[in-house]
Amino acid sequence: MSGHSVEDIKKSVKVYIGVFASLAVLTVVTVAASYLDLGSGEAFFLAMIIASVKGTLVAGYFMHLFTERTTILAVLGLTFFFLLTIMFLPYIAFTDQAGV
Amino acid sequence: MEIPYNVEERQDTGMYNAKLGIWLFLASEVMLFGGLFSAYVFLRMGDITGTFASGSQELNVPLATFNTLVLITSSVTMIMSWVSLKLGDMKKFKMHLGSTLLLAGVFLVVKYFEYSAKFHHGIYPDTSTFFSIYFTLTGLHMIHILGGMVVIFYFLVPGSKMMKTEPERFTNRIETVGLYWHFVDLVWIFLFPVLYLL
Repeated sequence: MSGHSVEDIKKSVKVYIGVFASLAVLTVVTVAASYLDLGSGEAFFLAMIIASVKGTLVAGYFMHLFTERTTILAVLGLTFFFLLTIMFLPYIAFTDQAGV
Repeated sequence: MEIPYNVEERQDTGMYNAKLGIWLFLASEVMLFGGLFSAYVFLRMGDITGTFASGSQELNVPLATFNTLVLITSSVTMIMSWVSLKLGDMKKFKMHLGSTLLLAGVFLVVKYFEYSAKFHHGIYPDTSTFFSIYFTLTGLHMIHILGGMVVIFYFLVPGSKMMKTEPERFTNRIETVGLYWHFVDLVWIFLFPVLYLL
């Protein structure tokens, strides 16, 4: 995110305030959702979906990933692949133990 | 000798060096916290007694919700400090960055009360697998907050002199510390529901 004009920056301030409001609302939604009568798996996925939306807002707007250079997106894409792999390991371990 | 690509963009990467550097560092941080999140999932899936999931009932949700809002606000003040520099307003820059530092302090004070309450009730990292991963994840996150506070303080007080001599380089420095700070916020966004609400 380089080479911003003063006008662009002034416009982006409104976006940052909007993102802040959305994050605050989504935090309350996260807490409210935890009181829903859901199963353990459903509750986990719902919490992760809300957290992912919040994370996307922070990464996309505050960290400027929506307008970032391809080099950085490529680095993060590779990181995300390895992150998914490492998150998948417990599942592999348990299906292996269950003899599936 | 002047260090190249502090301000000007490299042709091959399309950015100044510190920016690529901080993103590579953040990529390694994703894997660090990712490994611990994976450990959390492993422990949760392996819990056949139900004691792991019940661990979160011992935690203080209102305090953690407050702390989540504090960190989100600090992310906004952090980006506003960068905006202020881009607009050449040093006074507002100091106000916003100072607010970020203050909010980080509030987060740590709240965490201190949370930890104290746990210790007071005899809850330690060796109490259960839930609390071992709880103290590991939140402790590591707190270390990141502390590290960020040191860097923010440096740029707020002694380091801000650079704005007079090399304003663009200083603005870039604030952008990189901002990226780090938003990442710390991002980690908490996932830690909060995983540890406190599930």
